[in-house]
Amino acid sequence: MSLLNVTDLDVRFALRQGEVRALRNVSFSLDRGERLGIVGESGAGKSVAAFSLLNLIAKPGFIAGGSIRFDGQELNGMSERCLRKIRGNRISMIFQDPMMTLNPVLSIGEQMVECLKAHRRISSREARTIALHKLQQVQIPSPETRLDQYPHELSGGMRQRIIIAIALLLDPDIIIADEPTTALDVTIQAEIMALLLELCEKHNVGLILITHDLGVVSQVTQRMLVMYAGRVIEEGPTREIINDPQHPYTQGLMNALPQMATPGERLNQIPGSMPSLSKLPSGCAFHPRCGFVKRADGQPRRACHDVIPDFVESGNCRVACHMVAEMLNGEPSLAKEETP
Amino acid sequence: MSTYASPTPTRWARFRDSYFLYSFKRTWSAQLCLAIFVSLVIIAFLAPWLAPTDPYDLRQIDILASELPPFWIAGADEMYMLGTDAQGRDLLSIILYGTRVSLIIGFGAVLLQALLGVTFGLLAGYLGGRVDALLMRLADIQLSFSTLMVAIVVGAIVKATLGSSFYSEYAVLMLILIIGLAEWPQYARTVRASVLAERSKEYVDAARVMGLGSRRIMFRHVLPNTLSPVFVISTVQIANAIISEAALSFLGLGMPETHPSLGSLIKSGFDYIQSGSWWITLIPGVVLVVLVLTINLLGDWVRDVMNPRLYKG
Repeated sequence: MSLLNVTDLDVRFALRQGEVRALRNVSFSLDRGERLGIVGESGAGKSVAAFSLLNLIAKPGFIAGGSIRFDGQELNGMSERCLRKIRGNRISMIFQDPMMTLNPVLSIGEQMVECLKAHRRISSREARTIALHKLQQVQIPSPETRLDQYPHELSGGMRQRIIIAIALLLDPDIIIADEPTTALDVTIQAEIMALLLELCEKHNVGLILITHDLGVVSQVTQRMLVMYAGRVIEEGPTREIINDPQHPYTQGLMNALPQMATPGERLNQIPGSMPSLSKLPSGCAFHPRCGFVKRADGQPRRACHDVIPDFVESGNCRVACHMVAEMLNGEPSLAKEETP
Repeated sequence: MSTYASPTPTRWARFRDSYFLYSFKRTWSAQLCLAIFVSLVIIAFLAPWLAPTDPYDLRQIDILASELPPFWIAGADEMYMLGTDAQGRDLLSIILYGTRVSLIIGFGAVLLQALLGVTFGLLAGYLGGRVDALLMRLADIQLSFSTLMVAIVVGAIVKATLGSSFYSEYAVLMLILIIGLAEWPQYARTVRASVLAERSKEYVDAARVMGLGSRRIMFRHVLPNTLSPVFVISTVQIANAIISEAALSFLGLGMPETHPSLGSLIKSGFDYIQSGSWWITLIPGVVLVVLVLTINLLGDWVRDVMNPRLYKG
């Protein structure tokens, strides 16, 4: 049994035009100390997945079904009081923009002490000592001084280090990092990722890394999920997916990397853009952009237009694609009848 | 020993280096207004020691010395520098005491307004939904009653149930209550608007992710970030409250003549303007105008300093 088991997670947003399904049948698991990457374009549902793990989806969003089992407890439907004991304490989160995540009117020390005191019965002095220790762990220069400084006095990289220190403050089991380096410049990105990786390894902390950056995923994570339009379309060991992507969308993402283009030529891109969740195409949500909807002999593959693909096992990976299924089994993989 | 490590600045050092002080040093109107305002406050609160007579002590009042003019007019008594009113009370002393009453009511009412308004605004903005709808409709209803209406209703109820001697005895508290109740929606609306803007910021999500409770996030994280507009409207509200009090007293709904505020002084002199004793009304009137004007000018300056979007280069 893994530490975290997400099965058939279904998240919807009740909008005026009707319900929009932001996550459909998302399943994955995470072992203790394992590092999992979630990649996909903007709007694929990566951040929604992260927030739903902590049951923190803002209205009008809600978890419509599925289960999130963490360390033997079911988080979906758990009371707010119990959830608060898990948030920050056992599962913590790092956000994208370090400029926005710290409260501008409280000093770094106050924010760290507050977080500690919300979960443990300790004195402010003890909390301050722990905070100082954590700041030392994230290799911030002169940590004593930082405790009394306000966020606006620190640079972006420094703030992201502090946010990592806050995420580690209560020695959590899992850290969810939602694009932790997107807002930083490239040299700092590498430093911050290296630090995060080192700390996770050292303290045996599980990491769920949400990012657009396939380079980062390949360096940091052991397994990865590729998401498209609210669904997981490919899952497996990072190395295998990066080296040999099965799903046409994952292949497209890999081809779109700048280093895959010939110098002087245009960069490769996937034609079209991610469909709006309220107007998903029929069948496989990717089929309007997919280059494999026609078979090699020019015959259209009907299943791509009509039926949502189910996962097929391909080596150590799971792929939701009719084309891959046909190659492996000789017939398209038809999804179980799903509830509308 | 390292020369690189910058020591943590103390609160005083932070203040000394702040834009707030920098701007203050360069705005002569702010300096002048603060000087006038602070001296008025000090003089008013030291009234029992500074005033030549105690206007609340009936034994010190000489009815024969009524309606004496101020010192620069022939017929003045040098004992009464600013003259006397119709009952023979020393105008200088009574203005000092009256200013104190006006200031106490002004600050007290604003404190009550802020307490009610900030709490309701915070709850409405952060919790949203039904709480928001309920509190904001309450605010709308409150705003549709003028301060005058509230004063008449509260005054009538208190006088009818507890007697008018009770009302005049606790007139200061009554006026704080009336003006505080009548004006809280100003705060509630301002705070709610900034809470709505703050609530969607990432640090609120981050605080929730840390596992902090709603109450803690509201009062410790969101509230401090919404305080600068509160400071700005507070200055305007103090001036407004002082004027409201003067208006209510002028209409006879406020302070009794035995314990006059600036408003009731203006009223008590109003009847004697025709008979030539204009100073009884005019001098308290000037004090009121100066007081309100300095507060408003200070408020303008505070607004300019605290709102970077209004930055004038």
